[in-house]
Amino acid sequence: MIPLSYYVTVSTMMFVIGLVGILIRKNFLIILFSIELMLNAANINLVAFSHHFGEVDGQVISLFIITVAAAEAAVGLAIIIVLFRRKATTNVDELNLMKW
Amino acid sequence: MTAQLLFFYFGGMAVAGAVVAVFTPNLVYSALSLLMTFIHIAGIYILLNAEFIAAVQIIVYAGAILVTYVFVLMLFNPEQEKRYFHKQYKIGAFLGAVVLFLMVFAGFKTEILSKGGPFTVEYVEEIGHTRAIGNALFTDFIFPFEIASFILLVAMFGAIILAGRGIKKPKGPGGRVDLSSRRKAKEAIVGER
Repeated sequence: MIPLSYYVTVSTMMFVIGLVGILIRKNFLIILFSIELMLNAANINLVAFSHHFGEVDGQVISLFIITVAAAEAAVGLAIIIVLFRRKATTNVDELNLMKW
Repeated sequence: MTAQLLFFYFGGMAVAGAVVAVFTPNLVYSALSLLMTFIHIAGIYILLNAEFIAAVQIIVYAGAILVTYVFVLMLFNPEQEKRYFHKQYKIGAFLGAVVLFLMVFAGFKTEILSKGGPFTVEYVEEIGHTRAIGNALFTDFIFPFEIASFILLVAMFGAIILAGRGIKKPKGPGGRVDLSSRRKAKEAIVGER
């Protein structure tokens, strides 16, 4: 029997790695990867708590999170394609057109 | 004991893959280590008796989302700069350390009362995990389910409109591509090189 805090620890570590990745990387693709990592961390938490409490609600909600992640990946990649066609870069530092 | 060993393997590999995915300069290595992370997270789901979620994790994340990422990666192959960290990396690392400390602290301090619900391990094993999920999905969660399908529809339209804008329609009879112009374009590209 694995205690619940182990799962929470793994999920916390993955969430923080994703957060740090969003903050410190310049590449747009890596930022999307980091968002996927954070969504996965939330999924681990949901499934672990749902197992712990003996309910299936958390697992159903994690299915919805997977759906939203797929939609986000499609739209994010379309934005990357448009940006690369216009600016020929995926570096978020150089996308400062709307900066005042 | 075996379950704990398996958990340490899956959790350790998932976290290691996440670290490599975020900190390696090479984008292809980053995508492959993210694949490793997703597959090991599916292992964690199996340890939690959630086989259906594990299968969906492998099919959707490792099979669909990551393949799309790698496809875009190969399409553009953006060159990686020498300095691939943002200049605010010190603030980011500090914030990450603070959040990690707070969340681990809260996770170990909080006492979670176990409220035994109806879906115990034995009950789920008896009726089947997919059936348990399906029952909940189509009774209690039918409205969020419809919203999820709408989100997918909107995302599909958005992706097609965003990425397909600016592509010229092929000219010529019957929408067929004019071969001479294509040959000219190819020669221009070869000439540039």
